[in-house]
Amino acid sequence: MGLKIYDEVEEKSKLTAFLSGEIDHHSAKEIRKEIDINVQKLNPTNLYLDFSKVDFMDSSGIGLVMGRYKLQSERGGKVFIQNPPPLIKKVMLVAGINKLAKIVSIDVPLSEMQKAKESAQNSDKLSVQAESAEISVQSGSSDKDNNSDENIKKET
Amino acid sequence: MTKKKAKVINEIKVSFPSLSENERFSRLAVSGFASQLDPQVDEISDIKTAVSEAVTNSIVHAYKNEIGKIELVARIYDDNKIYIKIKDHGCGIPDVKKAMEPLFTTSPEEERAGLGFAVMESFMDKLRVISKEGKGTSVILTKKLRTKLDK
Ligand SMILES: Nc1ncnc2c1ncn2[C@@H]1O[C@H](COP(=O)(O)OP(=O)(O)OP(=O)(O)O)[C@@H](O)[C@H]1O
Ligand SMILES: [Mg+2]
Repeated sequence: MGLKIYDEVEEKSKLTAFLSGEIDHHSAKEIRKEIDINVQKLNPTNLYLDFSKVDFMDSSGIGLVMGRYKLQSERGGKVFIQNPPPLIKKVMLVAGINKLAKIVSIDVPLSEMQKAKESAQNSDKLSVQAESAEISVQSGSSDKDNNSDENIKKET
Repeated sequence: MTKKKAKVINEIKVSFPSLSENERFSRLAVSGFASQLDPQVDEISDIKTAVSEAVTNSIVHAYKNEIGKIELVARIYDDNKIYIKIKDHGCGIPDVKKAMEPLFTTSPEEERAGLGFAVMESFMDKLRVISKEGKGTSVILTKKLRTKLDK
């Protein structure tokens, strides 16, 4: 598990966890553990979960995000969902998880992802990267994702 | 106009033990089977997600403290429809209507979201749940795929 911490002027800290592969009930346990260990160690204000390399997810992934949201809230922090592919985002919108964790699209330089990946020794499902905060996308304005909010539709 | 009854083109029956490592297998089995209908990427993804929900429910809820048998039947019809039944002989659901409400879960401590049924309902055309306490649960999912002409 590789970590990178930049301590710059910002008081807020950011941790990005790059998830990959398939997130189901079977794999979620491990992913959850890895994220939580690193959150405890690094105490980030903002936890970014990068889904760009996730190719399957069911409601276990929703539970995973909800659980991290709860923990971050208790610590006074936030969770962001970064770069989910369309079919993964579809599951998220059906679940309405974007109400708890904002969906953001961020350009991640390939070199950064590569670094995070190379340094992830223990797990092929997750790699983690930490740095200072300051992410322009999160500051309210570019909110196109929130307009497409879709609540759980339910007929009885 | 007379309505022609759809003909079954193919059918599979698979049964497997309720181990979490078989969740992936069940999705892949159904998606392989469904490929005979030449589905679109998003349709396959919807089906895999719904199957994963139903199978996971049998593993985590029906057979909570034991390993039991999960039976999966899938059929495809000549009108481009797929039928999938996931059956367990686990604890059953006392109140199906309540269980199907979004965010209802009996395992919040395991970080379950209570959204499995909501996901199945939204990703498939039809969802039917038949359950009897102490006997088990059957979940029936159907979806009509877009025909080649639509594609
Ligand atoms: N096969 C089953 N056998 C027994 N109980 C079930 C079964 N399937 C569902 N349930 C009950 O119905 C509830 C709702 O199921 P649903 O899949 O919607 O949510 P969940 O499994 O609790 O959470 P999630 O699917 O979001 O992880 C479950 O908490 C459980 O009590
Ligand atoms: Mg479920």
